[in-house]
Amino acid sequence: MTSAPAIASPRRRTPRVPLSSTQRAAQRRRAAIGWLFIAPFGVVFLLFLVAPLAYALGLSLFTKGLATGTEFAWFANYIQAFTDPSFLRGVGFVVTFSLVLIPIQMALSLGVALVLDALTSRFARFSRLVIFLPYAIPAVIGAIMWGFLYSPTFGPLGQLFGLIGQQAPFLLDADHVFGGLINVVTWQWAGYYMIIIYAALQGIDPSIYEAARIDGASSWQVALRIKVPLVSNALLLILVFALIGTLQFFTEPAVLRPISNGGITPDFTPNLYAYTTAFSYAQFNYASAISFALGIVVFICVYIFLFATRKRGSFLS
Amino acid sequence: MKKKAIIAAVSAIAIALSLAACGGGSGGGSSVAKNCTNKIVVKSAPVVTVWAWYPNMAKVVDNFNNGHKDVQVCWTNVGQGGDEYNKFQTAVAAGKGAPDVVMLEADHLANYQIQGALVDISKYGGNSVKKNFSEGAWKDVSVGSAVYAAPIDGGPMAMIYRKDIFAKYGITPPTTWAEYQQDAQKVKDAGGPLFGDLGANTPAVMMALQIQKGAMPFTYDPTKPKNVGVSLDDSASKDVLDYWGGLVKDKLVGVQDQFTADYISGVVGGKYATYISAAWAPGYLSGAGVGQGTDKGQFASAPLPQWDASNPVSVNWGGSAFAVTTQATDKKLSTEVATGLYADNASLEDGWKNQVIFPLNQGVLKSDAFVNAEVAFFGGQTVNKDIYIPAENAYKGFTYSPFQVYYYAQLQAELAKVNAGSETGSEAAAAVQKSVETYAKKQGFTVS
Repeated sequence: MTSAPAIASPRRRTPRVPLSSTQRAAQRRRAAIGWLFIAPFGVVFLLFLVAPLAYALGLSLFTKGLATGTEFAWFANYIQAFTDPSFLRGVGFVVTFSLVLIPIQMALSLGVALVLDALTSRFARFSRLVIFLPYAIPAVIGAIMWGFLYSPTFGPLGQLFGLIGQQAPFLLDADHVFGGLINVVTWQWAGYYMIIIYAALQGIDPSIYEAARIDGASSWQVALRIKVPLVSNALLLILVFALIGTLQFFTEPAVLRPISNGGITPDFTPNLYAYTTAFSYAQFNYASAISFALGIVVFICVYIFLFATRKRGSFLS
Repeated sequence: MKKKAIIAAVSAIAIALSLAACGGGSGGGSSVAKNCTNKIVVKSAPVVTVWAWYPNMAKVVDNFNNGHKDVQVCWTNVGQGGDEYNKFQTAVAAGKGAPDVVMLEADHLANYQIQGALVDISKYGGNSVKKNFSEGAWKDVSVGSAVYAAPIDGGPMAMIYRKDIFAKYGITPPTTWAEYQQDAQKVKDAGGPLFGDLGANTPAVMMALQIQKGAMPFTYDPTKPKNVGVSLDDSASKDVLDYWGGLVKDKLVGVQDQFTADYISGVVGGKYATYISAAWAPGYLSGAGVGQGTDKGQFASAPLPQWDASNPVSVNWGGSAFAVTTQATDKKLSTEVATGLYADNASLEDGWKNQVIFPLNQGVLKSDAFVNAEVAFFGGQTVNKDIYIPAENAYKGFTYSPFQVYYYAQLQAELAKVNAGSETGSEAAAAVQKSVETYAKKQGFTVS
């Protein structure tokens, strides 16, 4: 246990009062116990996060060919990744997907949260639960369910279009898969974001609304001029969540791939590409590099985003 | 007070250690039999673990275990085809977690052999069953004198078709691909169903059909493992892809992925007039509920259409073998399982009677019961004698690449584009050639 800095700092902060030896021992003990309390977390953190990351980073610096063998290659895998059309196409897809998905999701969850906040009936409580429900369904189950709903043979779309004598579009083929997945992900996550925004709305002091009404504000004005700015922090949080989650898009395409008739390719998203590269092609080194390359992309995107919203944040408040 | 701190420290260390144990301890040796799907009959005998996905595997394993006192099989079905290969590939890369014996299709042997994942079973008495197989079948699992698997079944290809649809539109089974297209057009013009299906997820079929026209996708000699020939955009490959791309474009065939619920329901409902497939397909179809009720006996089989009827070429899809992995703890015992499993008469008979395998065992192939069998799925047609045995006998063998998984994935992606109408067959062939060639070079092969 490296408790030295822990005892050193309080002594530095209070130099005027010299500590007796018993006091010092008590403090040392307290610091030691503090370390013990974080030890379980620390061990898990090191073992299951830092160690695998370090291992993957190590892997990504080697290359392995079926006919050659393992060689140390510095950053050759990264150079390959950032010039690999499969990886770049995947990154392009998730970035476009984020740009379309996040505004839809935000608008939807914000709108519903505002409506539910304005209502106080039993219906509101029921709606809240129902809208949140999709998030409680595991993503894999949700995706399988949508797979059946989209099925041209078993799904309701086929029957609906059959009524007007038309062939239903298959929402997972190459032309429609973008919209098909937007729908699945929005369904899955909008309720969760709605709850976050709703919770933030509930935290606003109602007297502010009262004051606004006395000043003659309409419900619309209260919603747009007071509520939305006051929950902007929650919105920012959701945006970052959604951005990171979407850039790492994996579960839904992975589950729906076998039934997509090739609409979802093995390199559909960077994460899916890394998965296929590792577990189908046995290119663990290159897959690690792809994963880290994706990490770099996510970092850059989030940084750009936070940089952009920091300015807007100051403009809003 | 000091005591408390010591206790806390000790417990923290204990937690840390137990967590570390969780992290590193799992996985275990491959010889440790746990989670078997089947029952171990002779509890005292050593156990060999097996991965396989034959639909009647439960019976096969029971037959083996009941007949052996010296060894028992612990079987797990970890998925069909690609699902199993992904798990096996990961276990090979990890160096542990693979079973002792694994079911592999012939086209995947080179893929694992080059990685040193398979044992030469001729060193452990594997040659004892050589006499049961034709020279060609044995050659498919051998490299020179080394033998990397014991063959079980093959996949001679033919055309399965629906008699009711053919009768309704007044057509007889096409013998050439040109006729196939004409008949497809005829059925379509008469308002009939799709004539066939080009599933993107069965690239092995497309490879076989290309080889039928004279393509030689790969040249590879495992004794010179650094050299590989890749020829995926020759004129034969392009012609076949363009042919199917044309059928798709004219909406003569469907674009549904196979082995999916949507495809099976289409087969049941008579949505497709033909199914270009292998001898083991009826077993999988009837297992999924095809050929029952009003569809009973509506299916028949005909020889695969040809490019040149006077010069027929026989091709193959699937067919598997049992290989012993280098992770097996007792390679001799594992070889006994690989050569003995699905080799007893009861299992083979169950397999071919239900048409989940087309056996390669000569004893069965030449038996009267097999040759003259009137197959219920085909309404009593003697398909073995008339179609599949001649096809198997004419099959000359393929050469597969040591990166077959990657090649199939590329071909599948391009087939999907052809099906979506965003690419012609020739373009698909060129794209596959380019990506596979690039990949092979990156893997360190000398590509010719």
